[in-house]
Amino acid sequence: MKIRKNIAISDSGFLFNPSTGDSFSINPIGHEIVQMIQNEKSEIEIIDALTADYAIDKNTVEKDLYDFINMLKTHKLIE
Amino acid sequence: MEKKQYERPIIKSLNQGLMNKFGTRTEYMPVTHIDGVAVNELLQNYGSPLFVISERKIRENYRNAKRIFETRYPKVQFAWSYKTNYLNAVCNVFHQEGSWGEVVSRFEYEKALKNGVPGSKILFNGPDKMDDDLKVAIQNDSPIHIDHLDELYRLIEISNDMDANPRVAIRVNMDTGIYPMWDRFGFNYENGQAWDAINKIMANGRLRLVGLHCHIGTFMLAPSAYGIAASKMSELALQIKNRYGKIISYIDMGGGFASKNTLKGSYGLGADSVPEISQYAEAITSALLNAGFDNEELPYLYLETGRALIDDAGYLLGSVISNKRLSDGRRATIMDFGVNIMFTSFWYDHKISPAQEFGHHTEDCVLYGPLCMNIDVIRENVTLPPLKAGDHVVVHNVGAYNITQSMQFIALRPAVVMIDMKGQPHVIKRSEQLSTLEEGEVVPDYLSKFSL
Ligand SMILES: Cc1ncc(COP(=O)(O)O)c(C=O)c1O
Repeated sequence: MKIRKNIAISDSGFLFNPSTGDSFSINPIGHEIVQMIQNEKSEIEIIDALTADYAIDKNTVEKDLYDFINMLKTHKLIE
Repeated sequence: MEKKQYERPIIKSLNQGLMNKFGTRTEYMPVTHIDGVAVNELLQNYGSPLFVISERKIRENYRNAKRIFETRYPKVQFAWSYKTNYLNAVCNVFHQEGSWGEVVSRFEYEKALKNGVPGSKILFNGPDKMDDDLKVAIQNDSPIHIDHLDELYRLIEISNDMDANPRVAIRVNMDTGIYPMWDRFGFNYENGQAWDAINKIMANGRLRLVGLHCHIGTFMLAPSAYGIAASKMSELALQIKNRYGKIISYIDMGGGFASKNTLKGSYGLGADSVPEISQYAEAITSALLNAGFDNEELPYLYLETGRALIDDAGYLLGSVISNKRLSDGRRATIMDFGVNIMFTSFWYDHKISPAQEFGHHTEDCVLYGPLCMNIDVIRENVTLPPLKAGDHVVVHNVGAYNITQSMQFIALRPAVVMIDMKGQPHVIKRSEQLSTLEEGEVVPDYLSKFSL
């Protein structure tokens, strides 16, 4: 799981795909996840990191993470 | 170290959102309190979903409308339209403010009587009055608004039998330039039916014709239509005076003023695009004042305003059951309330706010109710922060017609709480129990046993 190479990500959580011209906004936690993906963390590692930092149970994080990753795929932001 | 507050990760395409067909920023500003009472507390104490009514807002709306009409016209009387919301506590707030009652069925009539409204101050509308209903209305001296010829003849017969002279009005329908025209109720103005009915009443002499009634439509966006209607009603009243020397004591303009809701398919949010009460008032009162009545013969103006006085005093609080992703990638959020208790979501895009603080990121989603049927859609598209199971929302402008039209299908109906002028909640209707539903049920003996 990798963020596509040419995707530009700003510090404030905007994504831009120069090959399609599409831009996206992500919320802070989405931004964190994208950064972890960039740092080649696995899904399990991401879930562990989030449950350690946030007041939330593992099941919810897992469900939301898979949904989020699916949306990244739908928008052709990861390969 | 204390853990951070969690919010579901979301990504939103900016290419679609820009033109904002989904709503505006105000739509997803959190609403955490209603009249000073915390939404979370209300849900905790009374269960979810929950209807909440603001007594303060009702009184404000009423006083505002009354002032607007009374500053323009000397003789104004409101009659609360029971069908719009006939919870006794709600009706009594209106009655305390001075509103009479307007009913369209026997049980509403009984409710108004039980609430303490004098019979002479209950306007009896509707096409479906039974003989016994008419008798009781005659005994109580209630103005009977005649809807059709069969009713007219029946009422004359009953009055003859009782040797009574009830006070009556006829309901008039007419072309006010709006489409579709409501010509199903009452007697038509343009084709002369209304005038015929008036002549019949006057020639017969049994009934006392005291008023003229109309209700030209619902959620009327054109105040000018009321001006036309008021002119035509005045015209009839003056004709009666000329022909029979009889002074009509009231003209009842019915209901139909728009509330702050947003009609489906309309552009702009309801709150910004519907006419103000003052525009309706201006149209009606200037038509009456300019019609040519002698000053001392000006008719009373009766108003049966419903939704415009109560819609924004009603809230529905609810909770998220679950989130789903639809096959086309849209997000779907399932709520614990649906069209069963929000009938008006069939024609309004109700404003919905989260009841807790969120970051400023939002998502477009479809809001579904919990019923096992496809039509159970609360909003086809709405912009909300990322809600998770258990989060709460506040639906706005549900004070009119939802409680009276709610259906008991799959789910039991929720409690209704009224927040009083001091910010104190009161249960004004308990939530339904199985026993509520089964109250009228009878199982024949031979069906009372089985073995499986
Ligand atoms: C005769 C009559 N009066 C008053 C009303 C109240 O209308 P609204 O709630 O649109 O003001 C209605 C509603 O249908 C009605 O039929």
